[in-house]
Amino acid sequence: MSSEAYVYDAVRTPRGRGKSNGALHGVKPISLVTGLIDALRERNPGLDPARIDDIVMGIVTPVGEQGGDLPRAAALLAGLPDTAAGVQLNRFCASGLEAVNQAAARVRSGWDQLILAGGVESMSRNPMGSDGGAWFLDPETALATDFVPQGVSADLIATIEGFGRDDVDGYALRSQDRAAKAMAGGHFARSIVPVRDENGLDVLTADEHPRPETTREALGRLKPSFAAIGAAAGFDAVALRKYHWVERINHVHHAGNSSGIVDGAALVVIGSEEIGRSLGLTPRARISAAAVTGSDPTIMLTGPIPATRKALRTAGLGTSDVDLFEINEAFASVVLKYQRDLELDPDTVNVNGGAIALGHPLGATGAMLLGTALDELERRDQRRAVVTLCIGGGMGVATVIERL
Amino acid sequence: MIEYQRDDSGVVTLTLNDPDQSANTMNQRYVDAMSATLDRLEAERDQVTGVIVTSAKSTFFAGGDLPSMIQARREDAPALFELLGTIKRDLRRLETYGRPVVAAVNGAALGGGLEIALACHHRVALDAQGTRLGFPEVTLGLLPGAGGVTRTVRMLGLAPALMNWLLTGRRYKPADARDNGLVDDIAATPEDMLEKARAWIAANPGARQPWDREGYRIPGGSPSTPKLAAQLPAFSATLRKQLKGASLPAPEKILETAVEGAQVDFETAQVIETRHLITLLTGQIAKNMIGALFFDMRAINGGLARPGVEVPPAAKVAVLGAGMMGAGIAYACARAGLEVVVKDVSEQAAARAKQDGDPSVLARITTTARVDDLAGCDVVIEAVFEDPELKHAVFAEVEPVLAPGALLASNTSTLPITGLAEGVSRPADFIGMHFFSPVGKMPLLEIVVGEKTGDEAVARAFDLGRRIAKTPIVVNDGRGFFTSRVIGKFIDEAIGMLAEGVPAASIEHAALRAGYPTGPLALADEVSLSLVQRIRRQFEAAADDAFERLPSHELVDTMVDEHGRPGRAAGQGFYEYENGKRAGLWPGLASLATAEGRAVPVADLQDRFLFAETLDAQKCLAEGVLRTEEDGNVGSILGIGYPAWTGGVLRFAHQHEDFRARATELAKRYGDRFTPGAA
Repeated sequence: MSSEAYVYDAVRTPRGRGKSNGALHGVKPISLVTGLIDALRERNPGLDPARIDDIVMGIVTPVGEQGGDLPRAAALLAGLPDTAAGVQLNRFCASGLEAVNQAAARVRSGWDQLILAGGVESMSRNPMGSDGGAWFLDPETALATDFVPQGVSADLIATIEGFGRDDVDGYALRSQDRAAKAMAGGHFARSIVPVRDENGLDVLTADEHPRPETTREALGRLKPSFAAIGAAAGFDAVALRKYHWVERINHVHHAGNSSGIVDGAALVVIGSEEIGRSLGLTPRARISAAAVTGSDPTIMLTGPIPATRKALRTAGLGTSDVDLFEINEAFASVVLKYQRDLELDPDTVNVNGGAIALGHPLGATGAMLLGTALDELERRDQRRAVVTLCIGGGMGVATVIERL
Repeated sequence: MIEYQRDDSGVVTLTLNDPDQSANTMNQRYVDAMSATLDRLEAERDQVTGVIVTSAKSTFFAGGDLPSMIQARREDAPALFELLGTIKRDLRRLETYGRPVVAAVNGAALGGGLEIALACHHRVALDAQGTRLGFPEVTLGLLPGAGGVTRTVRMLGLAPALMNWLLTGRRYKPADARDNGLVDDIAATPEDMLEKARAWIAANPGARQPWDREGYRIPGGSPSTPKLAAQLPAFSATLRKQLKGASLPAPEKILETAVEGAQVDFETAQVIETRHLITLLTGQIAKNMIGALFFDMRAINGGLARPGVEVPPAAKVAVLGAGMMGAGIAYACARAGLEVVVKDVSEQAAARAKQDGDPSVLARITTTARVDDLAGCDVVIEAVFEDPELKHAVFAEVEPVLAPGALLASNTSTLPITGLAEGVSRPADFIGMHFFSPVGKMPLLEIVVGEKTGDEAVARAFDLGRRIAKTPIVVNDGRGFFTSRVIGKFIDEAIGMLAEGVPAASIEHAALRAGYPTGPLALADEVSLSLVQRIRRQFEAAADDAFERLPSHELVDTMVDEHGRPGRAAGQGFYEYENGKRAGLWPGLASLATAEGRAVPVADLQDRFLFAETLDAQKCLAEGVLRTEEDGNVGSILGIGYPAWTGGVLRFAHQHEDFRARATELAKRYGDRFTPGAA
């Protein structure tokens, strides 16, 4: 007999700029995680740490201080009982949501009752890609799979879909605008746990990456980021070998319309109905369905479309049954294509902005988006949301949540 | 095979000297001799102070044993693994012998020869006429598998090893080889070379290879070094770009060998190198490339198609027309030491032939507008506008002043030689010598034999072609001969695809993916659509009712007559041009489709190009336009860009797993022109 997997709580750190002058640069990734564990216990007095089966966390660059199964070390450092295990996983950009989905599946199977799921990434301290990988470092693999960096894929999507510089910059502006309004309106307040130092002093209390002052003109002045590697290094040639009907790639993405590099962490409490009753916790939502898909790795970032369709099919729902869509803003073209292909009302997609304004702490983002979507459903008193991310290697992950 | 001589100072000179071949190669004799030599060196170590490796031939060492390599089958993998292991083991014994070892590179060291030199601690190259160093393996579908990849990477670092040596197949002169890091010293004379080798031995008694020294690191880092790791993804992409989107096993395996080998110790890297070489050796593409570019080429250059008659060598060449082709032909002849007179309608026009080039070469070229200045020329090569009347006229004008019995050659690319021969008094001496543009770079010469052309004329044209360093194929007369006719099928097929509604970008990319150097639409623009149109109309007029009208013909007419877009020279064709450079495909192309667009798999597009040309080349052979398969294979690769990986336009059919079945399938889908001929 299968049971439901409920979301009992969701917290996150503010996102710090992923540079040496970012507020979280001086904070260790393990500290971001222990801070959230402490906060969850404080917010949920009934949450008996002895009942926690596991901590599942996405970390995309699991090397150095982020390596060696950080979740277990964090559990121990946070003072959880020895019985709280920990595991790190990596599904690139979707790792945080993957953690939630795996936790939910284990709870639904009845094998586990209570799991903390989420992710962490200190990108200012552990540069993206520094863990290597056969996909792009091994010539045999790179050649056989027509590997290109994600920026080239995003530009390829824009070229094929006919999204020009105006379209992607316009979308970026919308993300900044919506994020600014959300912050001003306190839409993130329920989830955000300020990062404090060992003396209790505030290190960061709100997202640091947004640039509400950005204008279309300022964005228009930014040079495309992937034109040079596309042309000089040959990645355009790799992509066009497969997308042969495209004469050339129109490079439109730059730092202003792509996701920001930031530091941050998130945790979601996933548990069975029974554990909630036994600990006196009130479920905020249930995980209705989750899906992972694979599609062409060269265009790479179109995965949210099949993933959303698959998850909705599993849930027995259609897009019209969903009130809010939260898709990771890896690049503007990813969101624009998602909206177009699924025929979505833009006013239901990323209503509080996204990673273009707020940043994308790789391993944590998926869990953050789930919290953001849940907070917004509650604020609007709506019912269902889809959370989805595009993923390196041409994958997609989507989760359907439903308020009770 | 390896002569062993120890002098009083204890220096052993090993002289490579294959008794049965004019050049040393890595054959079984070498393998056995090298093992025996190392046994002896090790046995006499106490009396040895150093080793010099040199050769008794005019070259140092030519490379792999291609006749045996082309035989390698899948089931030979264990034996090949063993053989390569032995070759590598003995070169490793040489470099770890404990005494300084110097390569005295007295002549060309290519492939295996350079690998032997790299297993020495120091390389002195003789600055002789033909001394070239390089790794031509990639051009034959192979990789340097006797430690060449492993050592070059460790000597120079990944990027320089790959870009300057392994992936290019470039052959360097000694000074350039030194500048690119694989030669240490250059000697002016053989004595000087051996002297320098001895001096180095005396000065470096403790010589060891860099990778055998403590604390050695690969220059520029290994793949696990963050800085190099950050650049590594671009290596594969850059290779793909250099291959224009094609997928070729040899350069890909070379890149893999270099990168994978840089992650492990020397011995393991050598094993990885062996594995990848065996994959290439036992595969089909290396056989195709060795077959065409070594064996067919050797047969052609050796005179396969040359009649066995004695003829006097050319002495003084007249070139008619100082346009791009005329000037190029004149320069090529002068560079080979021939005296050249270029005639055009005016002094000024003729002077174009002396505009660029090495002054000492240009000094052998005289330009003139006067027919009398051609007196005494024993060869005339006509390169005027492609108009039979004009060609008849210029030959009539010059014939009386030439040396008696002068060879009369036309550089026409399409006009039948038999017809042009009607304009001269000695049709037996009239022949086609079809050069390719630019003459200085294109290695092919297509010699066209008319109905009345005599054997002496063929032999003279052939000898002249060899003298100016061209590879001469000999074909019989026919409209478009071999090369122009067959490349026409490539262009026709592409234009036909456009008419079918295939996106223009797909057509271009498919051809590049198949391995062609240029997209067919870009090529058509270069050739000019008006020329394509004119040739087709001539053909149509000559062929009477046998002429099959294709959708591509209508499209060419529309482009030229309605849109005024005949090609690059006019500044607009299938492409748009800015300042003479291609600026992108003309957006109007999509509207030219005459059929309902349908999705054509890119694999079919690729095969349509390859099969269209091969089926026509097979007809050339059946009709006697081609006299030998070798001429067809080499001519197609060197002259008209047929992909080298196929081994040539005729070999493509032989090496295909089921040519007839695939051709039949294409015929069903795309038309009768793909129906294979009688087996």
